[in-house]
Parts: sequence; structure tokens; C-alpha cells
Amino acid sequence: MTTRRDVLQTAGRVAALLVAAGVLPEAARAQAAAPWPAAAFETKSVADLMKALGSAAPVESKEITVQGPDIAENGAVVPLGAATTLTGVKRILLLVEKNPNILSAIFELGDAVEPSISTRVKMGQSSNVFAIAMTNDGRVLYAAKEVKVTLGGCGG
Amino acid sequence: MADPMRIRAQSSGSGATVRVLMAHEMETGLRKDAAGKTIPAWFIQQVSASLNGKPVLSAQWGPSVAKNPFLQFNIKGAKAGDKVAITWLDNKGDTRTDEATVS
Repeated sequence: MTTRRDVLQTAGRVAALLVAAGVLPEAARAQAAAPWPAAAFETKSVADLMKALGSAAPVESKEITVQGPDIAENGAVVPLGAATTLTGVKRILLLVEKNPNILSAIFELGDAVEPSISTRVKMGQSSNVFAIAMTNDGRVLYAAKEVKVTLGGCGG
Repeated sequence: MADPMRIRAQSSGSGATVRVLMAHEMETGLRKDAAGKTIPAWFIQQVSASLNGKPVLSAQWGPSVAKNPFLQFNIKGAKAGDKVAITWLDNKGDTRTDEATVS
């Protein structure tokens, strides 16, 4: 059986070979050097994720809001957003608790970007979604919301 | 080559709201095709945004971001006429950059 890990590792090796062979363009090569945190994206729980990112356990906070529908009709496209009134936010994470892998997206915010992000994710089933904010002074805070899904978006 | 992104950057208040729609399959690697074979994962892993060539935002995505991903964020201090560029890179090494002007 081919696991997701095999696929990713193979993809990584292929990319490395392509780079070595000079097939990939220069821009792609420069970006390939930036790490994609594979370990973090393979975690199944908040605790494991925080360990993979080397971060402290998050604390619930009212200063963060996670935006999403109460009921999502189509789990393949669920609008999710995170916003916070905190200052000095360097990172926002979006998590879907009951997806095969909990982490959906990491956003690294520059100083010029407001800590307010929206995107769309897939959800396999009704689940809690989390927004985690990490600040420059080392605070890790989260907010949660339950989203009910009537049609899952991860099956085949 | 992948299809172009649709980027809209509108000035609002003291900054600009940027909305991006990327054309990408975002295959999770968990689905199976009709013959029961797993469809390999194919998704955008990295996204970066810059304002007038200066990086403002970067993101790392997993395969659970929806197909044809949407992204919205606000850039402080962006004015009409400023250039917003978005680049993505997927797990097959494909990359695409598109640019829009703040209006």
C-alpha cells in the first residue's frame, strides 16, 4: 500500500533530482529551498502539532475569532477565516480537528499584513475548527468553533 | 503551465484588501479513482505575497485547503497603483506568479 508519507517522500526525491538535473527553473529552485513543514502537516492532534512546531500549548482567548459557517452544506468548500485584535501576530494557523491531518494552513504574517485571513478548506465531517495565533512575544492563543458538515469533502 | 490566478486588490481605509483565486486541483492523496487506485497528492504547498516586490505574507498549506483555493488578506499602507504579486509552489514543483495593481 502506498501511504501519503511514501508519496510525499517520493515527491521530495523527484523534486531534488529535477533540481539537481537543472530541469526546474531558477525561481522554483529558490523556493524549493524554503522548508515545507511536512511533519507538522502529518500530525493528528493539537498536542502533536504543537510539538512538531516546537511551540507551547495554546491557550483559549477571546481576542481571536474564527469565522466559519455554523452549517456547511458542502464539505469540499468551507469558508474559514481567522482574525485577532492582538498585536505582533507573526503566525496564524487554521486547523480542522477531525480531518485526516489536523493542520490545514499556516500563514506567516509580515508587519504590513493585518492579522485577518480568510480562505476555504475541505472538511471530511462535522468538526471543531481552530484558529491559533502566535505572537512575536511567544504567546500562543486559540479560538474554536464547531462547523457541521452535511456532505463531506474528503472521501472518494 | 497552470492557469492564471485571479487577483483583486482594492484599497480600503488605510490599506488594501487582496483577494486571490488560484486555479489548482488540490488533490489530497487520499481519494481513490474508479479503479480503486489512490490518486496521488497534488496540492499547493507554499504561497507568498509581495507588495511592490517586498514580501508581506507567506503561507504553507496542506492538502486540506479547498480546490481552486481562495485567499483574502489586508495589507496596511498599500495605496492605489501599488503592485501586489502572488506566487504559489505545489508539491510537484510547479509554480506560478501573477500580479495585480491596487485600485
